[in-house]
Amino acid sequence: MSFVDFLLSNGHEAFELVLEHLFLVVVSTGIAILIGVPLGILLTRKPALSKPVLGFANIMQTVPSLALFGFLIPLNLYLFHVKIVGGIGARTAIVALVLYSLLPIIRNTFTGINGVDPAIREAGRGMGMTDRQLLFQVELPLALGVILAGVRVATVICVGTATIAAAIDAGGLGRYIFRGLRANDNALILAGAVPAALIALAADLLLGYVERVMRLGEAIRGKRILWGAVFALILVGMIGVTNLFSGKSAERIAVGSKDFTEQVILGELLAQAIEIKTALKVERRFDLGGTLAHEALVAGEIDIYVEYTGTALLAILKGRPSSDPQEVFKRVKADYASRFNLEWTEPLGFNNTFAILVRGEDAKKLGLKTVSDAAKISAQWRAGFGQDFMSRADGYPGFAKSYGLRFRETREMDLSLTYRALAEKQIDFIAGNSTDGLISRYGLFQLADDRHYFPPYDAVPVARQSALDKHPELRGVLKQLGGILSVDEMRKLNYAVDGEKRQAKDVVREFLARKGLVR
Amino acid sequence: MNSEQTTIEFRGVGFALPSGRSLLADLNLEVKQGETLVLLGRSGSGKTTTMKLINRLIDPSAGEVKVEGRSTVEWDPIRLRRRIGYVIQEIGLFPHLSVEENIGVVPRLEGWEADRIKTRARQLLGLVGLDPVLFAGRYPRELSGGQRQRVGVARALAADPPIILLDEPFGALDPITRREIQQEFRTLQAKLHKTMVFVTHDIGEAFVLASRIALLKDGRMILLGPPAELLDSSHPEARAFASCFLDAQSIGRTT
Repeated sequence: MSFVDFLLSNGHEAFELVLEHLFLVVVSTGIAILIGVPLGILLTRKPALSKPVLGFANIMQTVPSLALFGFLIPLNLYLFHVKIVGGIGARTAIVALVLYSLLPIIRNTFTGINGVDPAIREAGRGMGMTDRQLLFQVELPLALGVILAGVRVATVICVGTATIAAAIDAGGLGRYIFRGLRANDNALILAGAVPAALIALAADLLLGYVERVMRLGEAIRGKRILWGAVFALILVGMIGVTNLFSGKSAERIAVGSKDFTEQVILGELLAQAIEIKTALKVERRFDLGGTLAHEALVAGEIDIYVEYTGTALLAILKGRPSSDPQEVFKRVKADYASRFNLEWTEPLGFNNTFAILVRGEDAKKLGLKTVSDAAKISAQWRAGFGQDFMSRADGYPGFAKSYGLRFRETREMDLSLTYRALAEKQIDFIAGNSTDGLISRYGLFQLADDRHYFPPYDAVPVARQSALDKHPELRGVLKQLGGILSVDEMRKLNYAVDGEKRQAKDVVREFLARKGLVR
Repeated sequence: MNSEQTTIEFRGVGFALPSGRSLLADLNLEVKQGETLVLLGRSGSGKTTTMKLINRLIDPSAGEVKVEGRSTVEWDPIRLRRRIGYVIQEIGLFPHLSVEENIGVVPRLEGWEADRIKTRARQLLGLVGLDPVLFAGRYPRELSGGQRQRVGVARALAADPPIILLDEPFGALDPITRREIQQEFRTLQAKLHKTMVFVTHDIGEAFVLASRIALLKDGRMILLGPPAELLDSSHPEARAFASCFLDAQSIGRTT
């Protein structure tokens, strides 16, 4: 399927993402103008400030965008009891985008005003203009073209950076790009990247035209366009601000998910089950990268998401590994309740552990059943692992030591690529996820973890205690979901989305119907 | 001394840069109401510095400058400058404003009504010899050098200030246009009776326009008097300027 087909068949969703994207760009650039232009003017009046301020703006631009988002999320800044920075969502994204857009606007305002012919400035002073009159009647109108050039650069930067904002659930076309990267689906990546590039191009052309009109000094037409733009900016800003700060209403349940396919399916599963069985409205806040979902849950920005017991134990509680599923579940349940006021509800029924995989033919030919079997001949093999597995506490180093594994070669690559590389015999040994649909598709064989190195990763919905107390009907829904998914069923659902490229919401609707959960 | 007639007065005025370099020293000078004083001198002689002291673009570092009997440092600089028309070389026009808007700048700052500003701008365009219908809506870049200069003069006259300062206003014009505009300006002078201070390095221009000439050299005034006095002076700088003027005259007669 080409990205054009994809956009055509998902027109409504794509249109919404474009609107979200435009919203991020317009609000961020607007705020950057409101801060940057006065700041630039101040610098022309207090030149001593220009070095530190421009230096700061310069540094902001060099911080990698994901890192900047990472810095902003744990911050919690309030202004008049309204949260400005912190947590996931558009607010934090906008703060980051504003920081990125500031430099070109401040710099161009500063150089634009300083570039006004000193003779003209002196004529104005000699005619008895006050500093303010000189600024508004002479310097700003003459610097307008240069300032607009800065706004143009800022806008284009903003369109590009806003795609990354999808990583913290700020929406926009980045959603398609991230989904596409995850699913290894070029059409999906292009469905996000091409419209974003077109927006950047359109913004560049439009602002370029306005800039040209301004530089020519066609004052009347220029003024009209300028006022139109200012008016539009204020309008969008007002809509945006009311949207941003309206917050989560009491009767809504916000369901979150991490940023991989299985999580999106599980998020959809929770969301649809709640919609079917209760009168609550559900807000979906999916695709939260890293431990963002956990942070968002603690911060009250989402009410529920599905976590894995082993991940909670090792990555969040930093506890000692254990291979007993019951013990791990008890420990995380007790610790989450006392530390975070979060409740581990009914396990969904499957364990998404690391699956140590070899080709089915190799397993048969060599008679391999367990990892210990494989360890005897591993020295002839090439292994490939995802970045995550290479670095995490329960990952490769401990695993290799526990089994005495030694490979001819060990490669670190994107997790989703390891399956294919294994099937194509470029590598011989990988660590995948046991619920991954690709395992059956490529006819891979999962070796048993006979030394019980990996802790259990039982999938369990984790919810805020306060949300469960407020809406007791949720407990009923979660009880019904208990044990609903076997590993095999989860694999099938994952394959339907990753392999067959179907929409998670359709796949989940059919699954729930099969299980007798219908409206 | 008849103080009613003295509009501008320099008393022992000096001006030095923060670096200590002196641009003007011990200047004593009176400009009478209605007269045109020409500040004559080479580049760097202190003419423009003298002029900027009058509308307080700079403050004196010694002595005092009085305008209408009050020291400039006691004036609110904005009020002072609104009473003084100011013409500099052609670049002083605001490029983003039309001719009419350029002329209307000071009246607008003074809060005149739009209709009055419009009427005044058109009247002044007529006075400086530009057809209001053709020129009111044009922008400075659409004018020739001579036309820009006329607009500059019209702009300085807009709010009817009692004093006008002109800093080499015709410096960038070709000799023929320059001669024409000087003649017109002389006629205008006679009509308006403003107190004018005119900076130039062109002795011919000084002779056409001056009631009195102040000759400056290296920041000091070396001569003050009617044009004829300059021709009679024995000071070498005066002789240098005078011979320039006489050469031009004799060439004019013999050809």
